[in-house]
Amino acid sequence: MSIQVEKPTSLNMLGLLANIWAWVRKIPPVYPIFLLIAIGVSQLNPNFATVNGIMAFIRRAAPLVILAMGQLFVLASGGFDLSQGSVVTLTIIGSALIMHNHEEYTYLAIAIMLGFGIVIGLVNGFVVAYLKVPSLIATLGMLLLVKGGGLYWTGGAPKGYLSEAYRFIGRGYIDNVPLIGRFPVSGIVLLVVATILIILFHKTNLGKQILAIGDNAQAAKLSGIKVRQIRMIAFMISAITAIIAGILVGGYGGSSYTAGEGYEMQSVSAAVIGGALLLGGKGSVYDVAFGGLTLEAMVSLLNLLGLPKPYRDAVQGLIIIGAVAYAGLRTRKRD
Amino acid sequence: MTTKTMIGNEIKRENIFKKIPQVYYFLVIVTIVGITLDQVFANGNILSNPVILRNILVRSVALGIVAVGQTFVMIGASIDLSVAYTISLTAVMTSLIIQGDPARTPMVIVIVLLTGAFVGLINGLVVTKLNVNAFIATLGTGLVIKGILNGTFSSGSMGSVPKSFQALGYEGFGPVPYSIILLVAVLLIGWFILSWTKYGAHLYAVGGNILIGRLSGLRTSRVLIGAHIISSLTAVFSGLFIVSRLGAGTPWVGPDGIYDLESVATTVIGGTALSGGRGGVFGTLAGVLIFGVIDTVFNQLGVDTYLKMVLRGAIIILAVASYSVRSKREAA
Repeated sequence: MSIQVEKPTSLNMLGLLANIWAWVRKIPPVYPIFLLIAIGVSQLNPNFATVNGIMAFIRRAAPLVILAMGQLFVLASGGFDLSQGSVVTLTIIGSALIMHNHEEYTYLAIAIMLGFGIVIGLVNGFVVAYLKVPSLIATLGMLLLVKGGGLYWTGGAPKGYLSEAYRFIGRGYIDNVPLIGRFPVSGIVLLVVATILIILFHKTNLGKQILAIGDNAQAAKLSGIKVRQIRMIAFMISAITAIIAGILVGGYGGSSYTAGEGYEMQSVSAAVIGGALLLGGKGSVYDVAFGGLTLEAMVSLLNLLGLPKPYRDAVQGLIIIGAVAYAGLRTRKRD
Repeated sequence: MTTKTMIGNEIKRENIFKKIPQVYYFLVIVTIVGITLDQVFANGNILSNPVILRNILVRSVALGIVAVGQTFVMIGASIDLSVAYTISLTAVMTSLIIQGDPARTPMVIVIVLLTGAFVGLINGLVVTKLNVNAFIATLGTGLVIKGILNGTFSSGSMGSVPKSFQALGYEGFGPVPYSIILLVAVLLIGWFILSWTKYGAHLYAVGGNILIGRLSGLRTSRVLIGAHIISSLTAVFSGLFIVSRLGAGTPWVGPDGIYDLESVATTVIGGTALSGGRGGVFGTLAGVLIFGVIDTVFNQLGVDTYLKMVLRGAIIILAVASYSVRSKREAA
């Protein structure tokens, strides 16, 4: 709703202000929210605002941001992917098992896990698109399949280590970078994934088709969009991002059976804070990425405030509701 | 004359078959397959030992009650992911307040019901007045309850319920356990409200198309808030049953039972649409019984815990797919 204000007098302050105001109003709410939280965090912890602090923050936030961007592809098409968290866990315990203490199997493990991701995504997409099972149920079933399958595969007890090269991806830094000193490897992964997803979502037809399906699947179908294939691609992207996030989480935190727990809800929350509309039709990779950063910064803030873990959950719940309510005031599709 | 009656009868019979939710066919198949597997690979106790049949029902009580409430919100095109923590809240409050004193039972029940109604009211208000998507809203309220519970009651004794209270979990009226009577009562009340009251009709209308509901003069917000209150109240009843079984409440009884996602899954398996406007409590009951039957069969066969999880996931998907695949609607 941009209204061009053209007045005969060139120096019309009121018109200029109106223009600025119109421009400000168009800024998605996630950016001011992020800014506020970031200011809060850096007030409490001056280290946060330093280059090192920012790099550490990027390293910590990368998995969630990647997951949220992948989740967006499914959300924008009108679905949910609740299997993400269990795929993160599967990646970690599966990689450790494949490597089996062999450093040289690092890339083999990553390749196999990415293959798993593609299969899981395709199955999710197939069940939703062809068997017409609502994605909430389809991916909930997949959550149980992947979690149970992963535990069954490893026999319920941790086996093998993650190699140093593998863990470097999630926790390592590239040293001697000009200007900023060092840059986290996970930040590079994040930038590469973000670039690919931004191109896919904003610069190709895929993104527009996903949004069209999310807005009105019937209309999209009638206008010639291959709804089923596109849905399958969306789920595949989400599952692949979960594998990549799993590699980072494993690198950062090591092998654990609960590493991925709760990530699916966090990624949905992050995407929604970033303005993605549940049930589809609206969303932007940029905003959702900031939604992920916002959620992660929020966790830092609550940490710094010294709240015990349980109360952090409670406050996080309140903030998620508040952020979504605030975003909903401005991005209301239908009631 | 005869032909006419026959045709009449056939039409009637067809209507009766159409009225049975499709999920019951799946329940029959699961039961037959389960009993066959039990006969062939295990000791065949499911058929020969009536206690096992009764246990399937008792095991289904907690999930069944809360799933009735979930059915209400989902018919209204909403969802309630906070039920698991409402169950925990009820369990903890009950054993904390009652402290083993039977005289406090009525007071405790009133307090937890009021608390549940309050949680439902908040859920409903956040969904309808703040326009927050129900998925996020109830996820958020669930997190808030979880945080308060874990923060306040993570350590120390939380009291316990008296013997008389445990009767709900373990005793019965003759051969019929009280818990099954409770489940049947909740089901019948739910069925009555949905099928025979004005409120039920309004809920279907709001879930089918909220805009049309509003334009035809319904107070859509009140209808949805009501559904959320009903959902939280059923979670309270589930919580009361669980605490009577366990003897004491802990903050993790709800999430450990995955009552949030399982109640959603059983409701969808039972034929209630996630998009709202369709469904009913008897379909949901079948969904719950399917879970009960497969759990029992797996136990009989001694299936590995993790494999059980895999099979459960596959059965959830297949159960819904078995009839959704024929639907002409697009799923999302």
